Amino acid sequence: MTFVGRDIVSIKDLSKEEILHVLDRAEDMVPAARGTEQNTLMQGKIMASLFFEPSTRTRLSFETAMKRLGGGVVGFAQPDATSLKKGETLADTIRTAEQYCDIIAMRHPQEGSARLAAEFAQVPVINGGDGAGHHPTQCLLDLFTIRKEKGSISDNRVALIGDLKYGRTVHSLAYALSLFQADIVFIAPQQLQMPSEVVEECQEMGARISFETQLETVIDDLDVLYVTRIQKERFPDPEEYNKVVGIYKVDLPLLEMAKEDVIVMHPLPRVYEIDSQVDGRPQAAYFRQAFNGVPVRMALISLVLGGIK
Amino acid sequence: MKELKVQPIKNGTVIDHITPGAALKVLKILDIPEQERDSIVSVVMHVEGKTGKKDIVKIENRELRAEEVDKIALIAPDATINIIRNYEVAEKHRVGIPDEIVGIVTCGNPNCISNAREPVTPRFVVKQRKPLRIQCAYCERELKDISAGLL
Repeated sequence: MTFVGRDIVSIKDLSKEEILHVLDRAEDMVPAARGTEQNTLMQGKIMASLFFEPSTRTRLSFETAMKRLGGGVVGFAQPDATSLKKGETLADTIRTAEQYCDIIAMRHPQEGSARLAAEFAQVPVINGGDGAGHHPTQCLLDLFTIRKEKGSISDNRVALIGDLKYGRTVHSLAYALSLFQADIVFIAPQQLQMPSEVVEECQEMGARISFETQLETVIDDLDVLYVTRIQKERFPDPEEYNKVVGIYKVDLPLLEMAKEDVIVMHPLPRVYEIDSQVDGRPQAAYFRQAFNGVPVRMALISLVLGGIK
Repeated sequence: MKELKVQPIKNGTVIDHITPGAALKVLKILDIPEQERDSIVSVVMHVEGKTGKKDIVKIENRELRAEEVDKIALIAPDATINIIRNYEVAEKHRVGIPDEIVGIVTCGNPNCISNAREPVTPRFVVKQRKPLRIQCAYCERELKDISAGLL
């Protein structure tokens, strides 16, 4: 198993063993990610952080990860200030940026952009989200969180809740959970249910899959609630949006019905789907999940650049 | 030859065993009638063959090029190409679907980077041959209507 020089465009670029290896190395990175230990693995290396659309967690945690490893960061947080505004192609931007760095972390609004960047770049490319496509580091940090909080990935009944049709994180996560033969419940209104090709793929991999429209029906039997935001822009008719937006609200009365050791995850940002009163409860794992983006990305950067094996 | 409802041709191409109903799409791929104003083109649809219904296209005085044959394979995977010279079948071959389809169809996803102004050729990976299912190598979406995406 070698990671050196590899592009990480999709979670499917990694085998189950490789995923577990990343999670193990991420575990080693936790003290340095918190700043309680010093780490100089990436000293002298530079990461280009190319964010062609806004991002809070992904960009900050990529950049924090590289800095916690002793490396440097160059890049941009929005394309307005770059040559893209002047009509430069992504291929040219990538071939230019790689002259100044050892690795590229990027987010771009178009599907397939990270694959294209990986084709043109000689340095490794890590995809931080390509439109409605892939977001492999989010998937890895989700798996890391489940394992850290629950002790294992496979022995859990995991509910993916909300916008399962368009949400990019839930497609990758469903695939990855299937690799670990987890028990998955897709909870969504009919019009936002998981696309059939994703479901078929999960089933072929041996996942146990079930579908629900109500969270209350299965809440007492769940180990992980993975809540996602229902995005207003997906609905041409605002009335349709209003019908579904409030139906999966995780609040204290709902938590009362759940197992005591259930965890609540969310890729964030959240809007209405998790009540802020839940934040203080031990079950609220979403900010710990956001932190986990740092050690996971530290591990991935170090593996791809050969700082660790 | 009794199932053929049209006359044999002296020189040209007979595309046989076209998926029933797909003959007009084959004409579109070959840019007929724009390209063949001077030659006779015959189309027979829904004729009974040995293994069920099929379409046939005959084009006089034109021998198909390899890239044209590749395109036909995408919409009529069972088609056979007969090159006719002096009323005889000089060459006969089946269309074949390669593992990767490059530069023949475009991705149906308007937000796919391969549809942007980038220096790349559209590329698809064949997921399944029968029925044909192809997936964009960039955005990984399956192309639902292959004939609509033909370049």
